[in-house]
Formats: sequence, structure tokens, C-alpha cells
Amino acid sequence: MFTGRFRLLQRSAGAAMLCWVLATGPAPAETPDAHRIVVKNFMFAPMTLTVKAGSTVTWSNMDEEPHTVSSDTGLFRSGAMDTNEIFSFKFDKPGTYHFTCSIHPRMVGTIVVD
Amino acid sequence: MADEKSLNSRRSALKCMAFGGAGTLFALAGGVLTPIELAAAVADNQGAARAGKPLFVQISDTHIGFNKEANPDVNRTLMQTISLVNGMSEQPRLIIHTGDITHLSKPAEFDIAQQMFSGLRTTEMHTVPGEHDTTDATVSEYFNRFGKASRNKGYYSFDHAGVHFIALVNVLQFKAGGLGTLGAEQLAWVAADLKGRTDSTPIVVFAHMPLWTIYEPWGWGTGDSEPLMAQLRRFGSVTVLNGHIHQIVQKVEGNMTFHTARSTAYPQPIAGVGPGPGPLKVAADQLPTMLGLTSVSVVKHPWSQVLSDATLA
Repeated sequence: MFTGRFRLLQRSAGAAMLCWVLATGPAPAETPDAHRIVVKNFMFAPMTLTVKAGSTVTWSNMDEEPHTVSSDTGLFRSGAMDTNEIFSFKFDKPGTYHFTCSIHPRMVGTIVVD
Repeated sequence: MADEKSLNSRRSALKCMAFGGAGTLFALAGGVLTPIELAAAVADNQGAARAGKPLFVQISDTHIGFNKEANPDVNRTLMQTISLVNGMSEQPRLIIHTGDITHLSKPAEFDIAQQMFSGLRTTEMHTVPGEHDTTDATVSEYFNRFGKASRNKGYYSFDHAGVHFIALVNVLQFKAGGLGTLGAEQLAWVAADLKGRTDSTPIVVFAHMPLWTIYEPWGWGTGDSEPLMAQLRRFGSVTVLNGHIHQIVQKVEGNMTFHTARSTAYPQPIAGVGPGPGPLKVAADQLPTMLGLTSVSVVKHPWSQVLSDATLA
């Protein structure tokens, strides 16, 4: 399933470079340019994050309820992140990227890529 | 809500029943559902007669794969629920599952759920997906297993014991910040499905998320449910069954009865209490009183239906 998801993401992302990680337990060592969004109390925090092109953004779920990170355009989709699981995506192109939790669609956030 | 008298009769009912039962029961007479205390109804023989022939049972939100503190063993509570159904004095032939079969849409979770469902003595089972069943990237795990009845659309209809059942999907077209969505295509399908059916046909509609707005800030509702209700209002008996919120909320509007079922896995907070609709931790001895199923019985053919809720306590 892991491979299948990865392939699907590659297809939907076209030629864009991307990085996808979903792991249980503590987050791996962060690269210096890592950008983190915490998912807690049914909210993305921060709700808006501005990063430079080429940055990898990591979402980590701190709730006891699973959440997803799902791009409004289908560019990225995490699958269910259980407690303490993380998802990362590398943003190569400047633009504004809106995302939601497909389990709790009231949860919304935005990545602005300069 | 329950007064002392009904609490007493509930207690006596609990003594009489293998798994006990508690909640509210609805009797349909002349197209209007009237609430009756379930415990009071089962405590006397007349009540048992009123409860009628079991038509079908609804289970919901089994969340196989959930393992947090609110219920570390959801398999066990589903097994208890299955035993409760199998132990009913008159076996219902049909069971419906109103979604969130799994917690994380994992193949292994679906496999365990299917294996457990195979222990049901009911001969027919119908399902709709919850949003927890459709988080896999290809949204295929649910449909590979349960999509046949609907040719992979998720929504379909069937008839059982003279009642027309409509299974709907409102978890696949979320819009950011919005409620569940049925979508134009599904609504057009419902219109075609209902066309030509007489007003006297009893209708049961079921979907995962509530088909009326219970609490918008938590997404407890369906944004485009009104066009659906407009199509259903002409019928003399409409029962709308949902899950999703892991607790019973009911509404009666004209000939339509709305009812959400308890989960078999874990309770959720009352609308608006706390940061969001996550698992609600309760004392271990309280948990069985907050989990359970809904059973619907026919009291008098062809019209009367009874909804009753049983807990695992």
C-alpha cells in the first residue's frame, strides 16, 4: 500500500519533486530547512505557513483522532495519520496551496511558497 | 431526560436481558413516530408485543483499528454487539452498517471487520462508507470489499420486507470548511430511484454523516441535504439513519424520523464540548452504556415501525 500511495502521488504531482513520509513514533532528525505544522485540537497550527521554493513541510498529528492533509487540487494527500504520525511534502514551485483534513473538513490551512 | 420511574424500569429491564437495553423506542402510528421508553416497553409483555417483528438492525462506527485509551479493544466491543444481535429472540434478517467500519482505511482493518461480520447470523448486510473508510490514496479499500452492491458508486437502493432502502454517500466530496456533500449526480439518482414509487412506500434512508445539521462547527451535517428532503417529504413514512457522531440524536419532522446511532467502538463528546469530535474517555464501567446498536422492528404491517437502541451494558 505504501508503494501504491507513493506512485499515485507521483502521478498526481506530475513532474514535481516530492517527498512523502508517514511514520509512527518521534519525527526523524530534521533538516535545517524543515518546516513544521502541528495538527492538534482539530486545528492546523500555524494555519498559514510561508516557505521558500524547494522547502519540505512536515505535518505531525498530535491528536488522538486521525487526520489527513489533503490538497484542494489533489497535489498531495497524506492518507490517515494516526497519533504521532507525520507527513511531508516538498514544495518546488511558488504558489498558494490550500489543504484540508478529509476526515474533518472544517480543518483548513494554507502553504504560501515564495 | 429520563425520570426516576423510567430509570427504575430500565434497571428492571437490565436484569431481565442478557446484555440489557436502554434508550428510546419509536412507535410509528398513522405516519407519526411516538417516543416510548425502551426499558419500559421491554419490561412488560405488552411492550414486548409492541416491539414487534425485528425488521433490521443498524450498527455503526465500528472503527476497527482504533486502539487508544477511550477503548483499547474495539474488536471485543464489536464481538459483544454481534453476540447481542445473534442473541435476539427473533433473528433479524438484515443488518445495515452506517460507516466508519475501520479507523484508518487499512486493508488489515477491513479484513478483521469482514471476518467479524461473517459471525453475524443475519443473512443480509448492507453498508455505506464513512470518512474513516476512504482515507487511502486510491479510495479503493472500501470499494474493493463493499462496492459490488452499488457498482462502486457507493450509493444504491434495495427492498426488504416491503420497505424501500436507500443507501447514500456523503463523505466523498468534502469541500474545505464545509459539511458532508451528496452532490448533484447522487441527488439526480435519488430522484430517478423514487420516481413512480407510491407515497405509501415505507422509506429508510441511511448514510454515514447526519443528513440534517446537528452542529455545523464540527461538520455534523450534510450541506446539500435539503434537495434530498424535498424529494422524501411526500412519503408517509421516512426513517433517516446515520452514524458519525457516536451518540444518539433524534428529530421528528412531519412523517420523517431522524436518528443517529451509537458507535460500537467509543463515544464522542456532546456537540461543542471540547476542541473537537474526538474519542471521549469515560470510566471503564461507563463505556458499555455508551456503545451499542439500533434495531428497527415492524409493529403492524404495513406501516408501523419501532426504533430501539440497545447498549452493551
